Amino acid sequence: MTERALPPFVRLRGAIEPVRFLPHTEDDVAAMLAAIGVHSLDDLFADIPADLRARARIALPDGLSEAEVRAYFEARAAQNFARLERCFAGAGAYPHFVPAAVDHVLQRAEFYSAYTPYQPEVSQGTLQATFEFQTLVAMLLGMEVANASMYDGASATAEAVLMALRLRPQRTRVLVSRALHPQYRETIRTYLGGNFEYVEVPVDASGRTDVACLHQQCDQNTAALVVGYPNFFGAIENLAELCSIVHAHGGLAISATWEVLALALLRPPGELGADIATGDGQSFGTPLSYGGPGLGLFATRQELLRAMPGRLVGQAQDSAGRRGFVLTLATREQHIRRERATSNICTNHGLMTLAFTTYACLLGKHGLRRLAARNTSRAHRLQTALCAKGWEARFAAPFFNEFAVAHPQAQARWRQALARNLLAGVPLWRWYDEYPDTLLLCVTESPSDAACEELVAVLAGEVP
Amino acid sequence: MSLSRSGKQSGLALDEPLIFERSRPGRIGCDVPETEDAEWMPHLPAALLRDPIEGFPEVSEPEVVRHFLRLSQWNYGAATTFYPLGSCTMKYNPVVDEALARLPGFAHLHPLTPDELVQGALEVLWHLEHCLKEITGLAAVSLQPAAGAHGELTGMKMIRAYHTQRGTSRSKVLIPASAHGTNPASAALCGYSTVSLEGNRIGLIEPAAVRRAMGPDVAALMITNPNTLGLFEREMVQIADLVHRGGGLVYLDGANLNALLGVAKPADLGADVMQINLHKTFSTPHGGGGPGAGPVAAAASLAPFLPVPRLVRTEAGLRWSEDFPDSIGRVRTFHGNFGMHVRALAYILALGGKGLEQVSRHAVLAANYLRVQLQDTFSLAYPGLCMHECVFSDKGFEPYGVKTLDIAKRLLDYGFYAPTVYFPLVVPGAIMIEPTETESKETLDQFVAAMKEIAREAREQPELVRSAPHRTPVGRLDEARAARRPVLRWQPHTRAAAEGTSPSSEPPLRG
Repeated sequence: MTERALPPFVRLRGAIEPVRFLPHTEDDVAAMLAAIGVHSLDDLFADIPADLRARARIALPDGLSEAEVRAYFEARAAQNFARLERCFAGAGAYPHFVPAAVDHVLQRAEFYSAYTPYQPEVSQGTLQATFEFQTLVAMLLGMEVANASMYDGASATAEAVLMALRLRPQRTRVLVSRALHPQYRETIRTYLGGNFEYVEVPVDASGRTDVACLHQQCDQNTAALVVGYPNFFGAIENLAELCSIVHAHGGLAISATWEVLALALLRPPGELGADIATGDGQSFGTPLSYGGPGLGLFATRQELLRAMPGRLVGQAQDSAGRRGFVLTLATREQHIRRERATSNICTNHGLMTLAFTTYACLLGKHGLRRLAARNTSRAHRLQTALCAKGWEARFAAPFFNEFAVAHPQAQARWRQALARNLLAGVPLWRWYDEYPDTLLLCVTESPSDAACEELVAVLAGEVP
Repeated sequence: MSLSRSGKQSGLALDEPLIFERSRPGRIGCDVPETEDAEWMPHLPAALLRDPIEGFPEVSEPEVVRHFLRLSQWNYGAATTFYPLGSCTMKYNPVVDEALARLPGFAHLHPLTPDELVQGALEVLWHLEHCLKEITGLAAVSLQPAAGAHGELTGMKMIRAYHTQRGTSRSKVLIPASAHGTNPASAALCGYSTVSLEGNRIGLIEPAAVRRAMGPDVAALMITNPNTLGLFEREMVQIADLVHRGGGLVYLDGANLNALLGVAKPADLGADVMQINLHKTFSTPHGGGGPGAGPVAAAASLAPFLPVPRLVRTEAGLRWSEDFPDSIGRVRTFHGNFGMHVRALAYILALGGKGLEQVSRHAVLAANYLRVQLQDTFSLAYPGLCMHECVFSDKGFEPYGVKTLDIAKRLLDYGFYAPTVYFPLVVPGAIMIEPTETESKETLDQFVAAMKEIAREAREQPELVRSAPHRTPVGRLDEARAARRPVLRWQPHTRAAAEGTSPSSEPPLRG
């Protein structure tokens, strides 16, 4: 790989020790050592056995100037196919446009260089924004309370399963829809670690969780049912019916939503009977960034609050009666309760909650609906166009902005699209042997109309 | 509306309501074209359509920008002030790293793009894995875990899988009493019971204590080195050997790696598996509480259990492989916090091997400098050399009724963030100070002067300290009351709130 040639004045390699982040001069070091009462920096490490120190050298090349570092990353970034306007992939990470104001707020170092707001008097910015985030998430998911974030949708959903098992301590069975995101299912299995009975509920012909099978699989030993809403195939589940089945057996219903824009138009999981609603908030203001960081959402009903994992911000008053915000209900958390905590989570995804909050405020009550309507309309137009060209809608269930389509030539056409710099969704056969010739396509507001037309032509085999 | 949140401070600190209280019907902060109802409505089930969300904000772009920029001004951040939060390593975050993570070739990269089209990103990850292996001396790395505690969970799951594969059921994990709360919580999440190890009178774990606690039911020792008292566990090699000979494994909590660069390699200390907090040692921003990143490094014996997918190099280039049958599986979606990986590698490349070694030397220098400057004024928990942080307490201030929390709050008035307080739990009233290597001597001297001034105030004007802070946007907040009657969200049903006349969930609180 060739790197951009640099003018000689920015080449520092080997010339001096890299010190641009390290302010101590030789004089400073000497003065500090004298104050400490030792003669050299080495003397500070007298407690370290000499043989350990002798082997501790870090055999990495010398440091680089800022210009060299930049050139290194620009060269690697240029090697990737990363174009929102030609991206028809979703599957848990959505290519949405992010208004510049979102990143402007994120780049405020007062936000990004702070930490968990342990000292509320000088952290009101983070705390108030987090309180607003909790409110927005609770409203969007139709729940009473939301926490101040988890890592991503998959780990949030796994934590929801653990919470359900804590709330139903006599039960050992967890039902998981096969239409739940495959990586969410894998994460749940890792978190459960073989101590519980993990059972998958099949998918019916419409692309939704099979209700008849669920009736058979759900029993008095079932602690929870986990379903995607919409599910991995984009299908909109009959969530209320699924929740009522698991409730009839005394279990808890967990819904996971990784494309939260859908909830601008669809009734929220909290209204449909979910006891815990999780999801990923990446769609709201966080760039794709090769899948991380994401933003784990977690909301529940008030009565389950004290079993909930994660940080919470609450309203408080100061000594003069002014409104302020603080971290609260910390007695659930690891730094107080240690091995009896509701979770081990400490650092969460605070900056992504700020992106989510800023984005949700900019689009607001009506902008989000318009955007969601636009996504719905564009996705259905593309599906209709493909179906007119010999592709078959794999499932009949209604969908939002993501859908599965099948074609005997699917694998070859998907490759042809890639060769033309079109990411034609993700192949379902990667996770589902039962859907060999099926692509999962997503249409957000990002792909241009021209790219949509080109995609249809390529997938139709009309373009060589 | 009042102009100032605090009548006591100079200058104007304009009040900022909740964004919901700024909302006015008809405003919007982003132009999105309308779509005809007929274009979308028939596609969605009528019974599942929702109305516009009651209470969701309606605000213009300038209002949104002003709202969040004002909020930002109420924060102290490591970029704006000294942030000596012990055990959190609040060092400077290089500005260029922010630009690099935002390069379109990274920011707009979909995680399910085929491997052959993301070779640049995979090179970054491969390079970072290589650097972390060299720094730790361990055999293999997974970048998947999203945070330090997530890495702990991953490492303990690997330990569990290791023992399960050998057909042994070990049920206990040994953890020093000074450990972070995440350690016992992570072990418990993996189904282990925990045994607490007490340190000796100089704050260290002794081999004899480990020998006494070891047995056939011990799966692992989880140990932090340097420990949370800022002290190097001098007998670590012997302790690790004891654990290994008893059939156990050693989990090293890498939270304090910032003291070890070029000083001692985790592999040489006997670590079998550890997490690396990129947001601490490798300078990715703490983000007001994340996102961090908690890669896990493992010795060859534990490498087969690392999460999948793992990065492998083939003749055709780098690719993700799930072909590791002993893996514990996935711990999250996709490939980890890639945006943080870019920043961490940028930091490592900028410093290079020698620069990283200099980081730990200067971090330890700064901590010892603060230790000697303050040890005559505040009670030092353990005498002698420290590593990257030092722990004081409020011992000696009892006659004045001044406690650690008061000292912390008074520091805010002097323009400094507070140290970590009341942790580690083994030091009553702990004040844990970690200066990091990126603070100049002048800043350290100012901090020392402020601490000494507060000590003087505590003796001469204790009420001034007990009622601090006085110069912050809000005064001391009643956390006990907030927890008794939790108000965790704004409620839309109070119409007065939407009109901006009063806060919603409680009676008006402001003058």
